[in-house]
Amino acid sequence: MRKVAIIGAGITKFYRNAQETPKELAYEAAKMALDSCGMKLSDIDCVVMGSAPDAFDGVHMKGEYLSDGAGAFRKPYMRHFVGGGTGVLSPAHGWFHVASGMFDTCLVVTEEKMSCAYPHPAGAFLTIFDHTTEQPLYPTLIYIFAIEMMRFMTTWGYRKEDIALVAVKNKKNAMDHPSAQLPGEITVQDVLNSEIIAYPVNRLDISPTSDGACAMVLAAEHVARRVDEKPVWIDGVGWCLDTAYWCTRDLYYPDYLEVAARQAYKMAGIKEPHKEIHVAEPYDPFTYKELHHIEGLLLAPRGKSVEMLVNGHFNRDGNLPCSPSGGLLGVGNPIAAAGLMKIMEVYLQLKGAAGKRQVPGNPTCGVANAWGDLMQVGTVVVLRK
Amino acid sequence: MSKRVAIVGIGTTGFRATTPDVSYRELTYEAATKAYLEAGIEPKDVDAFVATSEDFLEGYSIADEYCPDQLGAVLRPIYSITGDVIHSLASAYMMILSGVGKIMVVQGMSKASNMLTLSDMVTFAMDPIYNRPLKESPHAVAGMEMARFMYETGTTREQCAKVVVKNKRNALANDLAAHGAPINLDYVLNSEVVAYPLTQMDIAPHSDGAVVMVLADEETAKTLSDKPIWVRGIGWCSDTPGLETRNWGEAIYAKIAAEMAYKMAGIRYPRKEIHFAEINDEFSYKELQHLEAMRICKKGEAGPLTEIGGTEISGEFPVNPSGGCLGVGNLFELNGGHTVLEVVRQLRGEAGKNQLKNVTTGLAQSWRGVPTTTGTVAILSN
Repeated sequence: MRKVAIIGAGITKFYRNAQETPKELAYEAAKMALDSCGMKLSDIDCVVMGSAPDAFDGVHMKGEYLSDGAGAFRKPYMRHFVGGGTGVLSPAHGWFHVASGMFDTCLVVTEEKMSCAYPHPAGAFLTIFDHTTEQPLYPTLIYIFAIEMMRFMTTWGYRKEDIALVAVKNKKNAMDHPSAQLPGEITVQDVLNSEIIAYPVNRLDISPTSDGACAMVLAAEHVARRVDEKPVWIDGVGWCLDTAYWCTRDLYYPDYLEVAARQAYKMAGIKEPHKEIHVAEPYDPFTYKELHHIEGLLLAPRGKSVEMLVNGHFNRDGNLPCSPSGGLLGVGNPIAAAGLMKIMEVYLQLKGAAGKRQVPGNPTCGVANAWGDLMQVGTVVVLRK
Repeated sequence: MSKRVAIVGIGTTGFRATTPDVSYRELTYEAATKAYLEAGIEPKDVDAFVATSEDFLEGYSIADEYCPDQLGAVLRPIYSITGDVIHSLASAYMMILSGVGKIMVVQGMSKASNMLTLSDMVTFAMDPIYNRPLKESPHAVAGMEMARFMYETGTTREQCAKVVVKNKRNALANDLAAHGAPINLDYVLNSEVVAYPLTQMDIAPHSDGAVVMVLADEETAKTLSDKPIWVRGIGWCSDTPGLETRNWGEAIYAKIAAEMAYKMAGIRYPRKEIHFAEINDEFSYKELQHLEAMRICKKGEAGPLTEIGGTEISGEFPVNPSGGCLGVGNLFELNGGHTVLEVVRQLRGEAGKNQLKNVTTGLAQSWRGVPTTTGTVAILSN
């Protein structure tokens, strides 16, 4: 197994990029990533693409459509897919390409364009449900997440006003992120007073749909050392899917994430994640999800995450900063690109290059995760300096 | 690279024009059960799974969700590749070399009979700004490409028709194939013109089916199988998705993917060192175009070679002994899975009536269909 480093990264602004085609978004992020490490497309051996449902961009086989925008012209190019978890699986898939010894450099590109879905990108989720047992009920994603949130709150006695603190924290953190779509200084009361979409989920509990792309250059050790004396390494990767029959699972705890996290921690030699990890980017498309994932990542004991949140443990200057980027709630949620944005944030934090967002204490180990499909995917990547 | 990777088990449902009696999940389940049985493993022994799915073809917005259950991959590492099954094979191959695990499972499935509006879907795969407004049917794109290929290489309509006759006949003797038929050249040449020079018989009809294979590293493969089939080389490449920017005469994607696989396998003279090939022939001319792109034939030579019977089962370089897409059916993302399946069957000596004699190295190639320029190649040996 070869060591694989992240040597460059690039990200577009996350907002309604109505002027740019999906291809152009992918191009912009890929170009930024290459420029950030002084590489040219000719230095890249292979390209991997992460992008969520075709229905968002409205293109069948969208991996094919995006290929030249992502710099894959006449190169080995592969698109992988695990729904919302795709963003964090992307560097893992790139890691296989380089760690296997088949390629020395790999360009990882993630892209999502949700604004062209009419009337709303949520329409793309109508056909994610089982055609026989679920679709006749016309469920939406928010309904099933409301069920999960309710179960999570009931199991541990969590209060809505405490969970709302996640939105307050992340939107504030996002004030310092140049790509951010919905940063802001809000209060718990603002969250509670916002429109109820499906109880207990209010509008401000949900991350915004968005357009954007994020890209990253991975390299084998001998290439990485040429670009960067102290590169950030991909030390552990993990991914896992639970059953598609989500009605048969107890939703209070993300088992799939724990399995994925244990796989990544084992690879990275991490025994006590809550002590050894200094910065985390848990996936937060919904407020409760950040806490759900913090527990699944074994960064907080089950049933204790809210207490730690209220005590400021997960603030940017807390013991374990979580979502210092501003997360999906603040920066925006162009699905696959948002996942890679989280990896990019951990990368910048470990390099000490996160600017105003930099967490104190010179962190050397960080983790990010993403989640998707029918509440069943966990993807985890551990980075180390 | 020190590690070698082998296919130690492969299972399939066979391929049928329509399968109203089973769901796509049941198709995969059947293929998976057979593959696990053949490799003598249970799902719990598998380190990671790679599924192959494409949203619009499956009819689900996030088709990946429905991959784990029927493979026995619940709460296990599994992800989907939205590509060809040979892409997934490459992905699993890289995972073994990376040390992620020793046993990997690769799945592919086609339920093409469920698709009611296939032509519209292919139109949806075109660039929404530059290409989609042209409202071209996929067959018009193939017709244009066929005309250009024939013009550049001097290939004739009769030579393309010979591919159809050969593959449909091969399929007759293949018990997994759905579209075998005893037809002659005139039948093909006189069939309805769809997009000149492409006729109805030049187009592969589609089929349903599933293929699941079990991969293992060298040490494990030797304990699991008496007849491991080694993956000696693998390559994949995407040219350009735009209709206006591609080379219409030559299959550059197949050329680059093949060279990548040849390099890995240490093959310099493919025509001599490889004994037969399963090649994508979604349209009759594609078989010839791919043969030339992969240096198995020189430019303009594939047509004449086919004409004299050089690519027949009894010929000097058998191509598509299974019947290919024309005979077995177009399986979309499973096309690569079928080519690998047939190469494995031939190398193991399990290809039944179509068994080739004395073959030890075979090539499996696939293409992702109109409007893509993405191709994959795998070289397998026993």
